[in-house]
Amino acid sequence: MSVSMASTSTTPAIEAHDLHKTFGGTVVALDGVSFAVEQGTVFGLLGPNGAGKTTAVRILTTIINPDAGWGRVLGYDVVHHADTVRPLIGLAGQYAAVDENLTGRENLTMVGRLNHLARDVVARRAVELLEQFGLSDAGDRPLKTYSGGMRRRLDVAAALVARPKVLFLDEPTTGLDPQSRMDVWSMVEGLVGEGTSVLLTTQYLEEADRLAGHIAVVDRGHVIAEGTPAQLKADLGATVLDVGLPDAEAAQRAAVILQTVGAKSPTVVGSIVELPVDDGPRVAMEVLRLLDQHALAPTTFRLREPSLDDVFLALTGQRAEEDGAGPEGAPATEPGSRRRRRRARAAAGTTGDGGGR
Amino acid sequence: MTTTVIGPGTGGPPGPAAKPTAASRVHWVIADTLTITKRNLISYTRTPEALFFSTLQPIMFVLLFRYVFGGAINPGNHLSYIDYLMAGIFVQSVAFGGIGAAVGLAEDLHEGLIERFRALPMARSAVLAGRTTADLVRNVFVVVLMTGVGAAVGFDFPNGALGFLASVALVLLFSYALLWGFAFVGLMASNSETAQVMAFPILFPLIFASPAFVPARQLPGWLRAFANHQPVGVVINAMRALMVGPAAGVGSTSGHVVEALAWCAGLLLVLAPLAVWRYRRTS
Repeated sequence: MSVSMASTSTTPAIEAHDLHKTFGGTVVALDGVSFAVEQGTVFGLLGPNGAGKTTAVRILTTIINPDAGWGRVLGYDVVHHADTVRPLIGLAGQYAAVDENLTGRENLTMVGRLNHLARDVVARRAVELLEQFGLSDAGDRPLKTYSGGMRRRLDVAAALVARPKVLFLDEPTTGLDPQSRMDVWSMVEGLVGEGTSVLLTTQYLEEADRLAGHIAVVDRGHVIAEGTPAQLKADLGATVLDVGLPDAEAAQRAAVILQTVGAKSPTVVGSIVELPVDDGPRVAMEVLRLLDQHALAPTTFRLREPSLDDVFLALTGQRAEEDGAGPEGAPATEPGSRRRRRRARAAAGTTGDGGGR
Repeated sequence: MTTTVIGPGTGGPPGPAAKPTAASRVHWVIADTLTITKRNLISYTRTPEALFFSTLQPIMFVLLFRYVFGGAINPGNHLSYIDYLMAGIFVQSVAFGGIGAAVGLAEDLHEGLIERFRALPMARSAVLAGRTTADLVRNVFVVVLMTGVGAAVGFDFPNGALGFLASVALVLLFSYALLWGFAFVGLMASNSETAQVMAFPILFPLIFASPAFVPARQLPGWLRAFANHQPVGVVINAMRALMVGPAAGVGSTSGHVVEALAWCAGLLLVLAPLAVWRYRRTS
């Protein structure tokens, strides 16, 4: 039916077309996901746990087959030409897929050899990558002595051994400390400078915003929004004003008063009113004036970048579901996710005190 | 359906390869298997405590039966009990040691390493072949060690070096067939602890309801029939015939060896495809 010319410069690095995947007959992971990633760009798949991001990555990296739809990497079908696709791709997962007992160098060597690179090429490449990822000193220590951040860096390094044209990073910074997160970010930026195409999945809007030129927001197996970070945020309102009130009842009253002040209607979370705004400072003055008129005194007051929660709220009318633990039992409870996201924000420097810890 | 015209790459690394020849495919299956084997063996050397405790158990069994229970068991034909015992010890050591293969694979699955392997351009068969090869090497080490322990407590190679080597070759072949079964168990288990507890109850009756430690003629009739014809019993009888000679009192050596080889071949033919099938559908 379809005829494609593989691997010209205009061929998308990655194409997903109407991907469907159901597990165990009942759990619908993907329900018609389509997107395309241009060569030499970073594409962000943004969504909460259980949205189907990892399933999409597993299909596009030839690990599992879709039930329906197709995927291509540089024009090659991931099911029918899996053998052609595999040498073109690198994969770093959410769970550092490395051997605990091997040293960093041995892990890189193993992956290089399994990529069918010559022994001397692999040896040189391992030295390069250990250097590049700041692991030279730890290179000959078994991984069980590594910190979480070092392990993740080695995992990403392993994905790069064969210099893949297309790199898949599945939540590369989930659970990392701010410094390691920044390291991974600058590494991704460096790769794109060299012409690598990247598919990045993340739960953090800040991460997608910083790294990706194009974002698809996924929820429950669907792409619910797509565009550049600027477009998505413009739809949402550039910033969010959080107004804390003494109690939930006061917050409800304030929400009614502030109904038409912002770019969109406010929402109430506990005793906090969250108000998407276009022109923060002007609206802030207006909000304070209105609250004062109604004898409501805010307890906290801050302008911040919108979070994934806000994007979800705007797109779906409900909060992102954060309580589903990953298949490997990742600690993704509500408080944990929130804490991590806050860390991400701090790392991105969007609250002004970022990265200094 | 979908026709893909394979064009030239954009000047990047590994361009779409032409269809590999059969020879290069075989080459990479072997190379990848060796890479995985090496990785598994390095893992074993980095956890010497695990290796130590897993070999400690069979050593304790040698001492237990040689010095505690052995006096109460008469193998007959003026055969010393330690000469009788060693065949059983070898089979027991490699069988219980094989649980490590199940545990290792279950860990690789659980930790996402197998996910990574699946996205690599490596031979599909190398993960299991490398696992079983590494554990076969481990079993060679265990057999050498147990030979030393046996010799230290009085085992004196009653049927000469050749008979002994033949019986060792047989137990290694048998262990290789079993390793594919352990691989299957490891792939079925949701984690390494489960793999361990799943493997144990399968092995236990096969090892102990056999002529490993006690001559089958001392068992009740129904159990004797089982003990002499289940695979572990058959292999032990053949090993004993090779290792001890006529004094083993098990009858025709060639008959036992043929029966044992048939079991090894049969197990390999069933267990290896079973493990491969499971590996292909595990995701």
